[in-house]
Amino acid sequence: MTYLRIENVDKHFDRGGQRSEVLKDVSIDIAQGEVLSIIGHSGCGKSTLLNLIAGLTEVSSGGIQLEGREVNGPGPERAVVFQNHSLLPWLTVYENVNLAVSKVFGKTKSRTERHDWIMHNLDLVQMSHASDKRPTEISGGMKQRVGIARALAMQPKILLLDEPFGALDALTRAHLQDAVMDIQKRLGSTMIMITHDVDEAVLLSDRIVMMTNGPAARIGEILDVPLERPRSRIELAGDRTYLRCREAVLKFLYERHRFVEAA
Amino acid sequence: MSATVQRLPTAALPEPSAPAAVVSFPSTAKPPRSLGKTAARIAANVVPPLVVIALILIVWQILCSSPGATLPAPTQVWTDAGELILNPFFDYGQGDIGLGLRVLTSLQRVAIGFGIAAVVGVAIGAVIGQSIWAMRGLDPIFQILRTVPPLAWLPLSLAAFMDSAPSAIFVIFITSVWPVIINTAVGVRNIPQDYRNVAQILQLNPAEFFARIMIPAAAPYIFTGLKIGVGLSWLAIVAAEMLTGGVGIGFFIWDAWNSSRLSDIIVALVYIGVVGFMLDRLVTAIGAFVTRGTAAN
Repeated sequence: MTYLRIENVDKHFDRGGQRSEVLKDVSIDIAQGEVLSIIGHSGCGKSTLLNLIAGLTEVSSGGIQLEGREVNGPGPERAVVFQNHSLLPWLTVYENVNLAVSKVFGKTKSRTERHDWIMHNLDLVQMSHASDKRPTEISGGMKQRVGIARALAMQPKILLLDEPFGALDALTRAHLQDAVMDIQKRLGSTMIMITHDVDEAVLLSDRIVMMTNGPAARIGEILDVPLERPRSRIELAGDRTYLRCREAVLKFLYERHRFVEAA
Repeated sequence: MSATVQRLPTAALPEPSAPAAVVSFPSTAKPPRSLGKTAARIAANVVPPLVVIALILIVWQILCSSPGATLPAPTQVWTDAGELILNPFFDYGQGDIGLGLRVLTSLQRVAIGFGIAAVVGVAIGAVIGQSIWAMRGLDPIFQILRTVPPLAWLPLSLAAFMDSAPSAIFVIFITSVWPVIINTAVGVRNIPQDYRNVAQILQLNPAEFFARIMIPAAAPYIFTGLKIGVGLSWLAIVAAEMLTGGVGIGFFIWDAWNSSRLSDIIVALVYIGVVGFMLDRLVTAIGAFVTRGTAAN
């Protein structure tokens, strides 16, 4: 059953009479509860695709539908976890989540219910101990956890993650990947994640969308990841299916669609 | 711990003439040493300006002691205007009041004029920062108007308001509003796109965006503008009161000049300088308090 439908989406930017094509004819159907990764070299328009789904940017042609309703603007039902966390530095951890909760549930939940809901979401990412700290007082991984809590607190229909762990060190990244897998298992969230990390894509997703290089990037291939959940990174390290998926993505990225401008 | 405390009096008492001996005890050494350090730090900050002030007074005394001197020497100022210096809050009636009271009257005017400037400046600045077209249309005009000196506004405002009190406040307002507008606009334009994205996803309405995102994000810039603005408004008060009269410190200088009380003018100048300095520090302190945490991400 299709939950989110992306249909023949084109995106181009016009600047000073010059048109730059970013995305060309992108179509994906995403089922409820599915975790989808979008991987590609930098500049392939994967962040643009996420912004289109979030409604932060408008499509040039084609359409995006969530539960049959056309997406034409940003909204809390498509919450975004930003690469640089985007927490407001003048608010505490609690207040950052509260900003989202009071906006989304201000009319439907009572004050105590909202407080419990904020603490519940901070508990989910194991950050309730730091609820009174400001973003400057916590580490990068913790900030990203709060960013995830803020997004989850909006109770989104779909969670959009824009290279959520890109700015973190490898160990912190692994912890957060496990946290996201755990949350996804508990809540059954639908997720779209932008990444440039092959292991991350294979470990977390049900399907991996591989983008060709820009300009006018297209979907090159879509790979199914037929691995049982829950997944453990240690057990998967020698798993044949895991290695085969990993190899498929690597071959796509580095054999067929080498990024010439890189290096 | 108790052992060392007990040792202190017995060891310190025999030689009360040598306080340095106390310092040699490890457990008791810390409080006096840190006290001494604090004293040294305060002295390091206070002594140099005192020395310089003393030097200035001496040079001034020498320069103005000659028979043909046109300005009063410090000793002359002291004999002429000693009461103004020593008693800022006397009130002998008939408008004969101390400089402290005059400063308070002037501060009241500044508070009204600058208060309006702060509110209007932040509001206009927010609009200009948000809208590229408002920016293009208004910025050149503001850049020209902000260079007009306070006194030049006075005849126009007198003509418009037909009364001295609102004209003085208007002059303060129009002098101090520009830096608030311009700095607020820059601050709003520099709000990171990330914060705007967050606001968009949460579907904050314009009022919520203004209060929850724009003001806190632009606060460091706004306070830079307010700090410059409060300085300018204090510059304008003297100019405004010179012509509109009343009981303020600015009018006092004009009045003293008309009755050739040069010593009074010198005392008033010092008052104005000190109050202006305190206003500046006050706004800086408020800004530091309000914008804590807003800076680095």
